[in-house]
Amino acid sequence: MIKKIFLVGNPNVGKSVVFSRLTGVQVISSNYAGTTVEIMRGFLKLGEQEVEVIDLPGTYSLEPGSKAEEVVVSLLNESTKNEIAVINIVDATNLERNLYLTLQLLEAGLPVMICLNMCDEAKHHGVSIETEVLEKIIGVPVVPTCAVTGSGIKTLVEKIKEVKIKPRDKSSHRDRWQSIGEIIEQVQRLTHRHHNLREILEDASVRPFSGALIAIAVMFSAFKIVRFIGEGLISSIADPVFVNFYQPLLNKLSLFLGQESFLHHLLIGDLIDGKIDFKQSLGLLTTAPYIEFAMVLPYIVSFYLVLGLLEDIGILPRLAMLLDNLLHRIGLHGFAIIPVLLGLGCNVPGILATRNLESRRERFIAATLISIGIPCVALQAMIFGLLGGFSGFYVSGVYVVLLVIWIILGVILNHTTKGYSPELLVEIPPYRLPSLSTLWKKLFLRIKGFVIEAAPLVLLGVLIINVLLYFKLFDLVTGIFAPVVHGLFGLPKEAVVALVMGLFRKDVAVGMLMPLALTVKQLFIAAVLLAISFPCAATFIVFFKELGFKDLLKATLIMCVVALLTGTLLNFIIH
Amino acid sequence: MKANQKGVIADITAGACLHNKFMSMGIYKGREITKISHIGLKGPVAIKVGRSVLVLGHGVANKIGIEIHD
Repeated sequence: MIKKIFLVGNPNVGKSVVFSRLTGVQVISSNYAGTTVEIMRGFLKLGEQEVEVIDLPGTYSLEPGSKAEEVVVSLLNESTKNEIAVINIVDATNLERNLYLTLQLLEAGLPVMICLNMCDEAKHHGVSIETEVLEKIIGVPVVPTCAVTGSGIKTLVEKIKEVKIKPRDKSSHRDRWQSIGEIIEQVQRLTHRHHNLREILEDASVRPFSGALIAIAVMFSAFKIVRFIGEGLISSIADPVFVNFYQPLLNKLSLFLGQESFLHHLLIGDLIDGKIDFKQSLGLLTTAPYIEFAMVLPYIVSFYLVLGLLEDIGILPRLAMLLDNLLHRIGLHGFAIIPVLLGLGCNVPGILATRNLESRRERFIAATLISIGIPCVALQAMIFGLLGGFSGFYVSGVYVVLLVIWIILGVILNHTTKGYSPELLVEIPPYRLPSLSTLWKKLFLRIKGFVIEAAPLVLLGVLIINVLLYFKLFDLVTGIFAPVVHGLFGLPKEAVVALVMGLFRKDVAVGMLMPLALTVKQLFIAAVLLAISFPCAATFIVFFKELGFKDLLKATLIMCVVALLTGTLLNFIIH
Repeated sequence: MKANQKGVIADITAGACLHNKFMSMGIYKGREITKISHIGLKGPVAIKVGRSVLVLGHGVANKIGIEIHD
């Protein structure tokens, strides 16, 4: 009786897409190794019975090399063999390398079947595989599929019950490759084709000069497109909706409640020049939804749209190669660029993605650098809102300062953190044309995740601030921190509230700076300080879960020192 | 070894852990590979092994000895 189905396979063979197809559970999939860092579970109806389906992180072998791989091995070892089925997902374009894991699974005596995925792509590459012959040789069912379009999935489900334990003798690495060579010879036919444009581009993007040019062009246009779409959504949709439809309703409510009431203070906030000002009123129904939906959400949409495209085309692992040199100097290797880029969206998935890095030292350095030097998209959107009105110099200034901090801190951490950092060893996927449906699903999932996670926190944040402001409880805190904030950073002491609030939720904090009528210099310093401190309460939690209390404490201390030094320095340099 | 040159892996001087990883990715003695490119200043190397493109950090690449025919 099968109770659990495990999806096992090399990195980037499409396990998550198969998982989505089998269970209907939507998960994020991309075109690079290591998208799945958490184990995903879902259910599949197999006849009368509901069977649990488990999507495991990709692994090259059953001898684990990273934390993600360890998880796979221990889960497989824990389960009773006659209650599980292992679907070994194999990339048809790269059968040879994939079979290594297949043989290990068979040797381990696990009940296996093979899902030969990406069959359509293999055809394009001029690879044809004789499924029946393969089935005969290794003795377990083989089903060709194309998970992105869904073809073959039905047959896959029908054949799950036919999984077999087909034990092979344990063999040495060499012998395994030897048998693979023999198998490949019998089942795989290659048609030679000329280099096409895609392959020429693929090669160009890993060569030093052309690669750097391509990378710079891609990153620059990505940034421009994110801003263009973000601004476009704000000025053509979000702002008009708030001003034309929402504001009249609030005006009525404001009149009804009366300006002096506590409820008015909570829901609407203060009237600025007798009118509701979405950016400055600081009410639960005014500033809170405006920050989330009119300032941050448009950028979340545009950022994740562009990131999704880059992920699915397969550009990120190539960036990893080009940046390996630089990242080496700060104790990481090139692949760490992927968690960092994810961190630009939200630090939480960024820190989770550090699971793909092998050593603990690397994970600590990467997670610390992400939480200190990488501003999340919510914060960036607010910085655009805060500083965008002044010359572009200030917005780019924030990024420059962060980059400098990032590199200096990285070099210091590299020299002071104990442990070892392994070197880059990663597979580069082919460029792929993104599938619109995958792209759309991924965008939807990420936006949904953001709204569910952020909206309640923002409301809570604004509520707390309002209550504290109303009862004038902030004066205590501001009094304590005023010497630092005012004396060293040159900020008014009211900014203390925003900076402290920043540890809870960044967008709220920036929202609180807006009514303070700061000078450009003060805004700039405040923006940098907010960017340095951890983005939100959720980041603290995920950091703690991933790296433990001691490392969290260390990172927090580092953050305080960096913030203190940078704030003071900027205050005295800028005139 | 130059870009676009083919060669056969002659020896690997790596610890057990890295050795296993090499093995599982198809890097083993006697295997034919093609070098695609490398980034200067002790940067990583891109090679083609079978149908996959792998990127190896400089130090890792140094552990693989290649015999070049032709």
